[in-house]
Amino acid sequence: MALIPPPGSPIERAPRTDADIDRDLREVQEQEFEKSLLLTTVDKALAWARSSSIWPATFGLACCAIEMMHTATPRYDIARFGAEVFRASPRQADLLIVSGRVAQKMAPVLRRIYDQMLEPKWVISMGACASTGGVFNNYALVQGVDKVVPVDVYVPGCPPRPEGLIEGILILQRKIGANGLPTAADLRREREAAAAK
Amino acid sequence: MTEVRATIDAAVPGAVVDVHQGGGETTVEVNRGRLLDVARFAKGPPLSFVLLADLTCADFPEHPERFRLAYHLFSLESGARLRLRVWAGAEPEVDSVTGVWRTADWHEREVYDMFGVRFRNHPDLARILMPLDWEGHPLRRDYPLGGEEVEFTDAV
Repeated sequence: MALIPPPGSPIERAPRTDADIDRDLREVQEQEFEKSLLLTTVDKALAWARSSSIWPATFGLACCAIEMMHTATPRYDIARFGAEVFRASPRQADLLIVSGRVAQKMAPVLRRIYDQMLEPKWVISMGACASTGGVFNNYALVQGVDKVVPVDVYVPGCPPRPEGLIEGILILQRKIGANGLPTAADLRREREAAAAK
Repeated sequence: MTEVRATIDAAVPGAVVDVHQGGGETTVEVNRGRLLDVARFAKGPPLSFVLLADLTCADFPEHPERFRLAYHLFSLESGARLRLRVWAGAEPEVDSVTGVWRTADWHEREVYDMFGVRFRNHPDLARILMPLDWEGHPLRRDYPLGGEEVEFTDAV
């Protein structure tokens, strides 16, 4: 930009020519143009888009599901993080929130729902029961849902408060996000590929 | 108490083994072989226990007969309640009462699933709670607790 010398400046500037003024104006235009541009990689842009609209599957198992429903209410409002659209079909969902204890008989159902979800997909294990079996250390329950599906984020609590689940979703967003960390499903695929060799 | 015993005895001779009464509840212990007859009689008039409220089982490993079934009956007409009690034996098998109370179907399947008590003439005696290929009957006393070992419990 054209500079006006401060009053009393010792440096005598050469009189400005039209060419100088033109160049300065061009610089201003270029700067304005760069401000309106966002340069990134496709991966980062995809990750940003994905992490900003994680649609969970409508899948409630136990008391944790009540807290999961509350995260969608106006008081907690996971719409703030783009995750409010609970899809009734796993084929339209990105995230499986395992909200509660998984019975032995439920495990194949859960696995089928996970398999029906399209890639990329993520799993949050919500609460003590889904993560470890919780207080139900017996014949009836799967001792940790990670025996059935790969889990990305474990949310502790019995049940976790909606804030806890939201924190889990935020952690998942960071995980998906621009730094390009692999998901649990990616790691599993890598392991399986390595084992196959 | 003697009244209950006399009524059932008169209709189904030799069926009643014992009658207990306590806490306002009447329990009639029934001979295993005569259970179906007693059930049919209890449902019809004059007792008209048309509702089978519950059918459950308990395991007494020390007892020679081991499995004890309980049939909780309710009469919509008089509001009376009656509990039938049957020892199923160590190789547990009793007659199904699905022919008397239709609702016994799933109850008996649950007892079969959890305790391994077999019900003769049940329309479809399959597991109802556990997966169909499950081994063992989880609520038997000698069934292992299962699950996983809990860490650090020895330090508590």
